[in-house]
Amino acid sequence: MTAAASTEHDHAEGHDHGDHHVLPLWLLIGTWLALMGLTIFTVTASTFHLGAFDLPVAMGIATIKATLVMLIFMHLGFDKSFHSLLIYGSFLFVFLFISFVWIDRGQYQVDINEKEQQEIAIDLGQ
Amino acid sequence: MTQVDIPVESPVRPVQHLDKNFINHSKGFLSWALTLDHKRIGLMYLVGISLSFFLGGLFALAIRLELFSPGMQFMDAATYNQVFTLHGAVMVFLFIIPGIPAALGNVVLPLMLGAKDVAFPRLNLCSYYLWLSGAAFFIWTLFSNGLDTGWTFYTPYSTSYTDTSVIQATAGVFMLGFSSIFTGLNFLVTIHKMRPPGMTWHKLPLFLWGMYGTAIMQLLATPVLGITLLLLIMETTLGIGIFDPQKGGDPVLYQHFFWFYSHPAVYIMILPAMAVVSEIIAAFSRKHIFGYRMIAYSSVSIALLSFLVWGHHMFVSSESTLATLIFSAITFTIAIPSAIKVFNWLATLYKGSVQLDTPMLYALGFMWLFTIGGLTGLFLAVLSTDVVLHDTYFVVAHFHYVMVGGTLFAFLGGLHYWWPKMTGKMYSETSGRIAAVTAFIGFNLAFFPQFIMGSRGMPRRYADYTADFELYHRLSTTGTLILGVGLALLAYTLLRSLFGGKKAPANPWGSATIEWECPSPPPHHNFDHPPLATDPYDMERVEWDEEVQGYVPAVGHRPTAH
Amino acid sequence: MSDAHGHGDKPFLAHHFEDEDHQFDSGKLGIWAFLVTEILFFSGLFCAYVIYRAMHPEVFTFASNALDTQMGAINTGVLIFSSLTAAWAVRNAQLGQKTGLIVNLSITILCAFGFMGIKYLEYSHKFHLGLFPGDKYEAKEGAYGDESKGNANTVAFTSPEEEESAEETEPGVAFSRGDTAEAELAEQEAHGDDGHGHEELAPWNDPNVPEATKRKLKIFFGIYFCMTGLHGIHVLIGILVLGWLLTRAIRGHFTPTYYGPIDFAALYWHLVDLIWIYLFPLLYLIN
Repeated sequence: MTAAASTEHDHAEGHDHGDHHVLPLWLLIGTWLALMGLTIFTVTASTFHLGAFDLPVAMGIATIKATLVMLIFMHLGFDKSFHSLLIYGSFLFVFLFISFVWIDRGQYQVDINEKEQQEIAIDLGQ
Repeated sequence: MTQVDIPVESPVRPVQHLDKNFINHSKGFLSWALTLDHKRIGLMYLVGISLSFFLGGLFALAIRLELFSPGMQFMDAATYNQVFTLHGAVMVFLFIIPGIPAALGNVVLPLMLGAKDVAFPRLNLCSYYLWLSGAAFFIWTLFSNGLDTGWTFYTPYSTSYTDTSVIQATAGVFMLGFSSIFTGLNFLVTIHKMRPPGMTWHKLPLFLWGMYGTAIMQLLATPVLGITLLLLIMETTLGIGIFDPQKGGDPVLYQHFFWFYSHPAVYIMILPAMAVVSEIIAAFSRKHIFGYRMIAYSSVSIALLSFLVWGHHMFVSSESTLATLIFSAITFTIAIPSAIKVFNWLATLYKGSVQLDTPMLYALGFMWLFTIGGLTGLFLAVLSTDVVLHDTYFVVAHFHYVMVGGTLFAFLGGLHYWWPKMTGKMYSETSGRIAAVTAFIGFNLAFFPQFIMGSRGMPRRYADYTADFELYHRLSTTGTLILGVGLALLAYTLLRSLFGGKKAPANPWGSATIEWECPSPPPHHNFDHPPLATDPYDMERVEWDEEVQGYVPAVGHRPTAH
Repeated sequence: MSDAHGHGDKPFLAHHFEDEDHQFDSGKLGIWAFLVTEILFFSGLFCAYVIYRAMHPEVFTFASNALDTQMGAINTGVLIFSSLTAAWAVRNAQLGQKTGLIVNLSITILCAFGFMGIKYLEYSHKFHLGLFPGDKYEAKEGAYGDESKGNANTVAFTSPEEEESAEETEPGVAFSRGDTAEAELAEQEAHGDDGHGHEELAPWNDPNVPEATKRKLKIFFGIYFCMTGLHGIHVLIGILVLGWLLTRAIRGHFTPTYYGPIDFAALYWHLVDLIWIYLFPLLYLIN
């Protein structure tokens, strides 16, 4: 194909240029240090009893770490926006999946627990 | 004179045939087994899925013959369970899901883009071998203990009670799933990156829009099937207790997992069918497709909405009221994009010069049958009627109207439409039409009575029934035999064309999409120079040429703006 | 992704692409689409995790004590470091630094082996204590407690005197079902406790842990082994892919215009890291 063809591709995709963006070394190492710091932080945080905040804090830190990895190590911050759309789209579908199942989580559990209590009673009766 | 691109003097007759084409450009078993050519891979898929369809059809025949009269005829109830399970599993996983994308799509999609191949030819071949391995596992299942769980593998029966070969079958489905993912991934990237100059998103043929929507679903839904089956295998072998209530697990969770894939999978089956029909309707109405953008966007919206309706398979599985309400409501909305397509096809037919060639007969049959299938789906989306109709023959009739009347008919239409391009041979139009009409009559006779007996309470998956239902079952079995005759005639017609058929011209139907610009069958590298894409439905672009018995670019035609 | 028909001077440019950028862009879109399927692939496990944790929080809190936070944290560090070297390897490839590329790929592979080694130690320790996935599960003495040094949770739940007399209390026995003395207590506990919202933590060696909880502990291990196992399989696949790329790097296949495979493999490797970033707090750091 011709050069015109590749220009056409660019227009069709709405490229933000910079596919071959070379990351400076300080950014890579800085990201790594931040990730290590956050790991130590999350382990430390888990030793404190934060009650209901335990899970949100742990997940919040994990999400910050994940964002750093995606934006910098995976170049998403410098890449075509369509790739970001793909990955955020996949998170949206995971969210839909889990949240719809979540609505139903308690429906069957009552029966299962009831049966289990009966079994326990039988087992312990022996 | 500044315009030099369009000749005004003599018509340019593109090359109609080549001595060296993709079929004969190299010889030997390995030249096929290791080929990276999308057309050869597509043909290998076509052979594979046709054999699977034949196998699944034999099971269907066995079911219908058994149900010809009340009481047990020639198999026992346990065998019957196996036969209907294998019928469903083989048809769904081996035939319908890969059918249009992997067999027809593989051949046609790069040609439509004027590309030399799909983006990842090796992955394409890998996908074919995954399909083959999955099929091999199904054969293994067949020759070990069979399978009697229904194609859905519902727990805890599949994990803890049946002694049939669930592990082989699920491992097979796992591989078929990845085969489907790789095909979808390949098509997605190909459509994004390999479009020819001039083909913007809004000049993309509708077949490709359909394939694009399908690819989205294959990428997002099929992996969940993969993990579900892995967990099922773990549950069966190790007893991890996620799905088995005896071990504290939740069997309804399995159904959520399964239908998160399998409902989008229903659209993985039907969206390619709609894509094929869009092409055929436009080509044989000799008219620009009506409502191009609406059809295109409805493909993508069906793909996205399909993820939000899976719970309607579980209305009677102790699903929570809130979830049933949400799923029921969204199920109604998904009827909208489907109806948009049907109305646009109708509008395309309106005042077109409709040619009733074989592909068109299948496409019209599709419109008729899919509409019945779609409308009866709405009965099942209503919470109160679903309680009554669930697990009856009404459901069986509904999904056969969609899957067989919809997908199979579109597949056969597409097969006839692209047959000259794939094989370079014309089939007998007369026997093709007879086969199409016979299949249509047989299909309706086979499945319409099932709506009636279902609404009167005949439960699905039963090996026996009371004498009240005998008439309906006999009609249904008779219809199945007629359908079988039609399909046999179809197979004869196509196979015969390979040996005695006329040579096909490059463009026998007068379509305006790019795949008809290369010779039939295409050479190994498809196009020497990427063609310039214009409006894919500008039918004025081509005109009939008596000498080549096909359509050639029209003299002096200036593309009109659409 | 290359084909038999290369373009003369560019041996790795497949015939159906117009130039190297076209091939690179297509590959990049392909790998991102593949990562999307990977995310959805793991989503089933995360979904199962979310549902069972929501239904039986006490099971997860309790069973998590059996996991060694220290080992998990070290493995997190190992993976994050390998992610750094993978990203660095991409930089090397972009700049045409052959030696750096080989070194960084090698370190990444070594880290992957290190991760699997630590995983092996963890798994064999679990199996040793009878913490198998599924039906083979039969927790042995000490499975949930004294071996997890460095697990702050355990220390927090164990009163000093209990810690001293660990032998007397015999936690393993306390968890076998036939024990009558404990059975009575368990039965009392079982009444009025259907496993919902059981927020209060039962000490690992307290016989008052409800029988229902004990039965569900093995679901935790089912999920734990499935999640870490599937992740481990991805690490192994990563080792194979990176190993293959290392041999290609040594043969000098990669140039600043052709480094796609390195970039794509690194993206895959980062995703494996990404999943572990979530697995670690979800499995090891339950409080």
